[in-house]
Amino acid sequence: MSENLKRTPLFDSYKTYGGKTIDFGGWELPVQFSSIKEEHEAVRTKAGLFDVSHMGEIIVRGEDSLSYLQKLLTNDVSKLQNGQAQYSAMCYEDGGTVDDLLVYKIDQNDYLLVVNASNIEKDFEWMKKFMIGDTTVHNVSDSYGQLALQGPLAEKVLQRLTKEDLSEIGFFKFKTDVKIGEYEALVSRTGYTGEDGFEIYATPESIIALWDLILEEGKEDGVIPCGLGARDTLRFEACLALYGQELSRDISPLEAGIGFAVKLKKEDDFIGQKALVAQKEAGVPRKLVGLEMIDKGIPRHGYQIFKDDEVIGEVTTGTQSPTLKKNIGLGLIVSKYTELGTEVEVEIRGKRLKAVTVATPFYKRQK
Amino acid sequence: MSTPKELRYSEEHEWVKVEDGKARIGITHFAQSELGDIVFVELPQVGDEIKTNEPFGSVESVKTVSELYAPISGKVVEVNSGLEDSPEFVNESPYENAWMIVVEPTDLSEVDSLMTAEQYEEMTQE
Repeated sequence: MSENLKRTPLFDSYKTYGGKTIDFGGWELPVQFSSIKEEHEAVRTKAGLFDVSHMGEIIVRGEDSLSYLQKLLTNDVSKLQNGQAQYSAMCYEDGGTVDDLLVYKIDQNDYLLVVNASNIEKDFEWMKKFMIGDTTVHNVSDSYGQLALQGPLAEKVLQRLTKEDLSEIGFFKFKTDVKIGEYEALVSRTGYTGEDGFEIYATPESIIALWDLILEEGKEDGVIPCGLGARDTLRFEACLALYGQELSRDISPLEAGIGFAVKLKKEDDFIGQKALVAQKEAGVPRKLVGLEMIDKGIPRHGYQIFKDDEVIGEVTTGTQSPTLKKNIGLGLIVSKYTELGTEVEVEIRGKRLKAVTVATPFYKRQK
Repeated sequence: MSTPKELRYSEEHEWVKVEDGKARIGITHFAQSELGDIVFVELPQVGDEIKTNEPFGSVESVKTVSELYAPISGKVVEVNSGLEDSPEFVNESPYENAWMIVVEPTDLSEVDSLMTAEQYEEMTQE
């Protein structure tokens, strides 16, 4: 493996737990510990622990933080209370996506943005270009590690390690200075798997200790370490967008189906708003749809989608769903073909194989 | 898992077993463990010709697709149709239940140029 790959603070722990690493956008990260299927299953039925320390953290502070973030982000940051998190996107003027991210409102003039690992530098440069008035932005990615404990047993296991009442942390809410064992962390009820669970932010040193502590505590409940492979199949079944696949420089958040995070009518203008309003008024040119294979074959990222010999789009993500055992994919296709039940063809290694458009998400947990 | 001594091996991680002048072909234990959970196997049909070092099919894990490269040339005379419904055999029994095809070799001596078990083990230990 190349020498210059970046590593998280947990790199040395991977081996202890049997992790197999791959190059993931310049990071040497574990794709799996036991097997993708086993880890996927654990998260759907018990809980799994992920090292997501590669994610980027950017702090925004100052009197004008809110106006600044309102200009930068597609969602309405003014709706956030202290202790609340929000999913949002950052766009280019033309409506293409710079990144998708989480905004944590720590305090009135104090926000934490959590961005995709492969976009940290790009995002930070972009953010610095639009600074206004009294705001400061700091890229603190190297000072934070992050774990995600995901699955129906996540709360039960984590509760045993803290005096804080975790049931008080609602969906997309968080608390700072939570003591887990003897380590302080920011704990939010968020995740990227479609299950209940928490994301835990702490110093690199604390993250190393928390990884062992949570796995030890959760052992009897079936909590296992999980890699990026399962993270991808889990988020895919729940139809949570992945930057670089469902979202990109050339794909707008409206096309990618995250319009819920784009507030076109918010009072403050945001970068890309004009283009997105125009896109909405004219009708979004492409839409993301669910695809289920009729013929035998597995759709994969980048495969072309056809209707009557005409290319109408491309698969953004596809695999055999470990939960549903079906060969399914997400496809970004020309809007007029997105009606449910439309038969299309996916080109797999030179063969056009039949598929049908289906409803998403593929998986939704019972609440 | 040990590498069966009676088989020969290609650099692309296929094994070949010679039986009555025919060659049975599959992928190695090392290959399946690198790929992870196999969920789909695509094989040629009886009567198809395969050519040395050219793809004759593919295996897909949850994560990715990998081509199968023919270790020798020949005509396919048998295909393991059981892998269609039970691709997990490739993980569970790469040298037995998960054989993939049997070919009538164009030139049986091609097998001699493949690696022995010792040579293959050496290559995969690097």
